[in-house]
Amino acid sequence: MSNNITTEDILRISGVDTRKCMFCGKCSGTCPAFDEMEYHPHQFVYMVQWGMIDKLMESKSIYKCLTCFACLERCPRNVQPAKLIEAVRQAVIRQQGMNHMTENDIPGLLEDKLPQQAIVSAMRKYKK
Amino acid sequence: MQKIGVFVCWCGSNIAATVDVKAVANAMRSEPGVVFSTDYQYMCSENGQNLIKDAIRDYKLDGIVVCSCSPRMHEATFRKTAMAAGLNPYMVEIANIREQCSWIHKDMPEGTEKAMVLARAAIAKVKKNAPLTAGTSPVTKRALVIGGGIAGIQTALDVADAGYEVDIVEKSPTIGGRMAQLDKTFPTLDCAACILTPKMVEANQHEKINLITYSELENVSGFVGNFTARIRKKARHVDEKKCTGCGVCTEKCPSRKGLNEFNMGLNTRGAIYIPFAQAIPNLAVIDTSNCIHFKTGKCGICEKNCSAGAIKFDQEDEIIERKYGAIVVATGFKPIDASYFDEYAYTQSKDVVTSLEFERLMNAAGPSKGVLVRPSDGEHPHDITFIQCVGSRCSHDATKGKEYCSKICCMYTAKHAMLVREKYPDVNVHVFYIDVRTPGKNFDEFYRRAVEQYDVDYIKGMVGKVTVEGKKLHVQGSSLLSNDQLHIYSDMVVLATAIEPDPTARSIGTMLTASMDTNDFFTEAHPKLRPVESPTAGIFLSGVCQGPKDIPETVAQAGAAASKVIGLLSKNELVGNPCVAHANELLCNGCSQCERVCPYGAITYVEKEVRGPEFRGVKRVAQVNEAVCQGCGACTVTCPSTAMDLKGFSNNQIIAEVDAICR
Amino acid sequence: MPVNTEWKPKIVAFCCNWCSYAGADLAGSSRLAYPADVKIIRIPCSCRLNPLFILRAFQRGADGVILCGCHPGDCHYSTGNYYARRRMTLLFSMLNYLGIDSRRTRVEWVSAAEGAKFAATMNDFAKTITELGENVKLGDLRCKEN
Repeated sequence: MSNNITTEDILRISGVDTRKCMFCGKCSGTCPAFDEMEYHPHQFVYMVQWGMIDKLMESKSIYKCLTCFACLERCPRNVQPAKLIEAVRQAVIRQQGMNHMTENDIPGLLEDKLPQQAIVSAMRKYKK
Repeated sequence: MQKIGVFVCWCGSNIAATVDVKAVANAMRSEPGVVFSTDYQYMCSENGQNLIKDAIRDYKLDGIVVCSCSPRMHEATFRKTAMAAGLNPYMVEIANIREQCSWIHKDMPEGTEKAMVLARAAIAKVKKNAPLTAGTSPVTKRALVIGGGIAGIQTALDVADAGYEVDIVEKSPTIGGRMAQLDKTFPTLDCAACILTPKMVEANQHEKINLITYSELENVSGFVGNFTARIRKKARHVDEKKCTGCGVCTEKCPSRKGLNEFNMGLNTRGAIYIPFAQAIPNLAVIDTSNCIHFKTGKCGICEKNCSAGAIKFDQEDEIIERKYGAIVVATGFKPIDASYFDEYAYTQSKDVVTSLEFERLMNAAGPSKGVLVRPSDGEHPHDITFIQCVGSRCSHDATKGKEYCSKICCMYTAKHAMLVREKYPDVNVHVFYIDVRTPGKNFDEFYRRAVEQYDVDYIKGMVGKVTVEGKKLHVQGSSLLSNDQLHIYSDMVVLATAIEPDPTARSIGTMLTASMDTNDFFTEAHPKLRPVESPTAGIFLSGVCQGPKDIPETVAQAGAAASKVIGLLSKNELVGNPCVAHANELLCNGCSQCERVCPYGAITYVEKEVRGPEFRGVKRVAQVNEAVCQGCGACTVTCPSTAMDLKGFSNNQIIAEVDAICR
Repeated sequence: MPVNTEWKPKIVAFCCNWCSYAGADLAGSSRLAYPADVKIIRIPCSCRLNPLFILRAFQRGADGVILCGCHPGDCHYSTGNYYARRRMTLLFSMLNYLGIDSRRTRVEWVSAAEGAKFAATMNDFAKTITELGENVKLGDLRCKEN
């Protein structure tokens, strides 16, 4: 099965430059969900770079990531593996067509008590 | 009207094959100002040069153009020729009709036409030339070495052996530097003190070397051959002439709060102390921030116990001002602060140490007398984890760390691992590495020995975090080759911290107007061909202040820097490059813009009386130090009032060339 | 007016003494050809080039002006080419305003080892200028000549 998602798509969504990685493995060394994951943070980096996106999209690993950002915080080369994992997750969600919200729905949802960030992240998650 | 002579060279057939040299010579004859024009087979030969000399004398030429090969080849030759005939050597211009014409254009009419244009441009330029005389300045035959580590000591010894006076200024109370703190050296495992201390003694006893320890450079002025340095000799509160270095005072001192710098703060020392047993000079020094006498006015036990009467509580700082011909920077390095990397628990556990601290823990003169114990409880460790690349090889946008590879860590970690395994075979040693980088003579063999003979457990991967769990340190890291996450419970963790230039380097660089890179390493004049010279004339670089290095490289560079210093000091006077900037004082508006762009600090501003047709009086004008100016011309373009011009490449000369080419 | 088939572009190349001039020499000693329309002026450093020299060349009928210097970080005077780069950037933004196609000016970094790059750069630049055709001389308001 091909999802037609390319390396470029993931890099664009995530804003990550995988070429910066020097394969030290600090992200996987630091990851608290390591044992739960089939593919580990450092593998996301080279698998995205080498175009093995389908495998990542089919893997449960993308839901095991806690998004704790420890890898992102400690990476000596500022590669930000967590953002890649998030981007692969995004790609899956987009393919499922789960657009719960459009831009036009947002103004009606705005209220003082709701943190703006919640709406922004909802937008980011569901905007096609 | 000027009298210009044109000399067109055939260069055998190199030029004559594609340029009609006779046509060029004939055409130039009709150029305004040209009174003589000829061609010859080899203008650089003796006959050719004689032809030029004769023409200069016979036609009383006041400028010549030689159409020949690149000026990079024979400009100097023809300048000498002109000088021999009594013409100022800077009244010579070369039209490059070989490299930039005959060799690249195969069509004779095309080549000939271009040669004529190039010759015209050179004629136009030479008409605007002015006779230039290179200035000279005397050389003070004494060198200053900043820093008394192995780099500074080696440079000083080499310069002194050549017969020149050398002063070493060292900020700490003893020379020796970082190397004195090391236990063993890779790849031979000989003890650092055994090879360094004889050199320290030699430097101390050398009649040409003067050690100025516990002193800091305050100011440097002047230029190559003529620097003046002001050095603050901090008060030791001990009379250097009387102190015998017996050490009684250091034992009697009741204050024990001062952290022992030599042992990286792993233990304490008295307020009066001698840094280490082999310190040179072997003199005590009082740390006033911890001394009870300086705090309360009482105590004075050291004074009572000093049989030599050397204690001088009222001693004051001394200022030394001295002239130097050359300055060598050998400011060295320090390990970065490991507490930036809180994931390794350096601030949470005493058992997490840096490699330099580990060096002291292994050393017989160290805080544990050479017995490897955990700093927290003094117990014997059974499991040690080394982490490499702590703070090295980080990207510029990472939150912390250095971009460069610190170069020495792979080797000293292999050394540490090996030494531990040799002395204590019961200790498990793990090394987390990203890459093991061991280029160097016998270096990779050394690392392989650690793996194959000493069973050091090298793990390709990085440690994510270290947590303190009871008496153990929980090391969580990845093993990339097995695609595993490892959990190792260690007794000690050793961080191979990156090295960075000594914090004093930046201010010294500013004082010397020596350029530095973004990491505060000094920049060399040319990365390949002039690696031990700063772009600032008369400033030389020795050791890690220029970039990470191990001991053999440092010593080699120190020797190279010394040879450059000797070369400079052996001259009685320096002949400058006359193609330097100069300011037209009438036009100068005193804006200081040129001063800011000058990479050499050659421009200063002075209040000066200026007399011109429109202005008479005192004003602030730029003044170029011709001995310092290298003639780049950055200031000439920056100057908003076109007051600044460059001799030999003046605005008028370049514009004349442009006009001639576009004619 | 008959089309001047004989028109040859006038190209002025300013080369810094330490890198690009040596690169040009290397192109010569390697016999790497480039058009004879390119005439080189030697300057000590790319930072010696006053942008006014370029305007002067255009005023006098040059069709293209190229500046060659050491690669960033390799300047013999450590920082000269950085100054040159900034000044030229400013000049570029001004050229169109003056009515000069900014493609007629270019900055290239050529090291002393890059003879081939020098020749290739000059070939490419000469091609661009030939395609752009004859330049309109910059007028000088102060003294109208001819």
